[in-house]
Amino acid sequence: MAKKANGTGDCIKPNDPRFKELKAYIDSVRGQQGINIMVLQEAQRIFGYVPLEVQKWISLELDDVSVGELYGISTFYSQFNLTKQGKHKISVCLGTACYVKGAQAIVEALQQQLDVEVGGISEDGMFTLEATRCLGCCSLAPVMMIDDDVYAKLYDTKQIPEILDKYYLESELDEEMDEAIESEVDA
Amino acid sequence: MAAKTTLETLQNIKQEVLAQQEAADSIRILVGMGTCGISAGAIDVFEAMKAELAEKKDIENVQIIPCGCAGMCTYEPIVEVVVPGKKRVTYVHVTPAMAEEIMYKHILGGDPVVKYTIDGEFKTLSEQNFYKKQKRVVLKNCGEINPEDIREYISKDGYQALAKAVLEMTPEDVIETMKASGLRGRGGGGFPTGMKWSFAAPNKADQKYIICNADEGDPGAFMDRSVLEGDPHAVLEAMAIGGYAIGASKGFIYVRAEYPVAVQRLMTAIHQAREMGLLGQNILGSKFSFDIDIRLGAGAFVCGEETALIASIEGKRGMSRNKPPFPAKEGLWGKPTCINNVETLANIPQIILNGADWFRGFGTEKSPGTKVFALGGKINQTGLVEVPMGVTLREVIYDIGEGIPDGKAFKAVQTGGPSGGCITTENLDIPIDFDNLVAIGSMMGSGGMIVMDEDNCMVDIARFFLDFTVDESCGKCVPCREGTKRLHENLIKITDGNGTPEDLDKLEELADNIKATSLCGLGQTAPNPVLSTLKHFRDEYEAHVNDKKCPALVCKPLLTFEIKDDCRGCTLCSRMCPVRAIEGETKKVHVINQDKCTKCGTCLTVCKFGSIIKY
Repeated sequence: MAKKANGTGDCIKPNDPRFKELKAYIDSVRGQQGINIMVLQEAQRIFGYVPLEVQKWISLELDDVSVGELYGISTFYSQFNLTKQGKHKISVCLGTACYVKGAQAIVEALQQQLDVEVGGISEDGMFTLEATRCLGCCSLAPVMMIDDDVYAKLYDTKQIPEILDKYYLESELDEEMDEAIESEVDA
Repeated sequence: MAAKTTLETLQNIKQEVLAQQEAADSIRILVGMGTCGISAGAIDVFEAMKAELAEKKDIENVQIIPCGCAGMCTYEPIVEVVVPGKKRVTYVHVTPAMAEEIMYKHILGGDPVVKYTIDGEFKTLSEQNFYKKQKRVVLKNCGEINPEDIREYISKDGYQALAKAVLEMTPEDVIETMKASGLRGRGGGGFPTGMKWSFAAPNKADQKYIICNADEGDPGAFMDRSVLEGDPHAVLEAMAIGGYAIGASKGFIYVRAEYPVAVQRLMTAIHQAREMGLLGQNILGSKFSFDIDIRLGAGAFVCGEETALIASIEGKRGMSRNKPPFPAKEGLWGKPTCINNVETLANIPQIILNGADWFRGFGTEKSPGTKVFALGGKINQTGLVEVPMGVTLREVIYDIGEGIPDGKAFKAVQTGGPSGGCITTENLDIPIDFDNLVAIGSMMGSGGMIVMDEDNCMVDIARFFLDFTVDESCGKCVPCREGTKRLHENLIKITDGNGTPEDLDKLEELADNIKATSLCGLGQTAPNPVLSTLKHFRDEYEAHVNDKKCPALVCKPLLTFEIKDDCRGCTLCSRMCPVRAIEGETKKVHVINQDKCTKCGTCLTVCKFGSIIKY
């Protein structure tokens, strides 16, 4: 699904320089008990997701941990992503307070708008759509978060296209900027 | 190198901080910066005030303090100005522009900006109905102190209880005090804390552990987060006291990764406590040593269960196991372990300091003390509410929460989250405590309290909670893994309009079996939302299966949309309908083709004349 949209470098190569950063972390906690989850959390922070190739690398790095164990952990906890994520993460709160105030309508509107299921990535690679459990700002219900921005009291789903447009516009500006820099370099 | 802090040092710091706060020209500006305040824009407000202050370099008497949540979420961002000898001024819904004006007129000019206070009438938070029936024990420092400054915590008698415990009391004394206080675990089950400690204390081992359960997973509950964000040192102090009581030298805080603000404040607090020697070797010159580490949860509701939580800290899949052996005997890495929830811990320093009798002065005989509830849903004042046990739900919902918005009728209040049940009008006058809530088919849970009105369908709510438990079942035991899934399928069948009367009996039978046979608390309580809605709202279930109607007009497959005769024929609905199910000519009454209609409700939203009805 939408793999091509994730751009190049879909596969993390063994010589990826980011492994150095991960190794430094592992060295700092090596010898402590029960570090598997912590290492996976750090790997996800560094790479953005923890695909099998990263898990294999970790298993070789930690002496007595099999890939099976790591895979078991990474598929058990909802925090871990095994596939690459969209550029922006939309989290719609489906905590009880938001749900009774109509959060389901937000999810449906986003699904329709982005043509994506919950947990999926939009075809252009811009958004991952997720439903989360209670973001903890129940007085602002119903809420959604896009990355770190909170959008509160979304009673009217008609606001959603406008909110998303902001991110598309930002992304276009970024691209234009990149192109401008490139053409300047070329010149 | 940790400074050697003694009881005297603590006293001195307290005096210094208080002297500074009570100086005649002192101005303290408290900005509510819990997650809720930040979501509402508190960071920009804070920065605007700081920038304004930075321009005036010679002012030393003004402190801008980021503090925890005051509990009244509806008014965020909240800024309070405290001047000794003067009435506290509370500004609400503050924007950066307002903040600048407040700085200019009030802080520098001495003239409060009355129009930005509550209702423009100079009211303070404590004068609101919201606070009148509250009693703040756990939340006493939230919104009052800077959680990232250990000196402010010390000025509120912080770490005095730890000093009293390690310097004046034996571990047995501490446990006896806890037993006498009658404090019960606030995480859900209500098990007596003193008893829990007394089980772990006598077990001999080279290492024991205290764990703080801060994996607040109940959707709609955020009291633990507020305590961690507003008063993290209280939790650290309590863990150290617990460590002293049971003979543990190591503590872990298992906290949700989804609470970044809380995690960061905890890390700061641990760092400061270590620097002052309030954590580490030979605390306050005693023989007692204790240190704390943080472990981040990775998003699994089942990890709120003790044995699953322990597995998760050990770095494994968070799956529960059979008890006994109980964690008090064989817990983390097989060592005796005591697990207490955040709110429970936050009570402890004050119990040690003020005594068990003081604590028993609040609440009821069997449930002493207070309880924090996260009041949300269809209610006028959402927020964090701390009330003495024994107040009634009616007081919480109508006196504190100021009732249901938009003149709608109250239908039910849900407590205990996915493990709890619904409470209806007939039980609103029952005093809230652990045992009463269980008796009426719900439970205290961690303290989520979600109010529902006539527009909420109770079958749909039951399905919503089952969505959650199906997702969160760890999969180890069959009754929970398979049973909740079947329960969920059955509910979907009903909300889709395909249910039969027999399905209701099947639901009940299956729910009872899951309750009786599941391995851990998650499965044993997962059917509660179904059972309690079936008990109190059987008529709604029956309407779904017999009449194929959803009385609250929520379950889409059971709705019918129709155009009334007063339709003006503007054609808007027909043009907007995504499946072209609406036919009709301009200026003539339109008709919805019921076979084509997908019940998306677009026509109802777009009609400008209110000519479309759903029933």
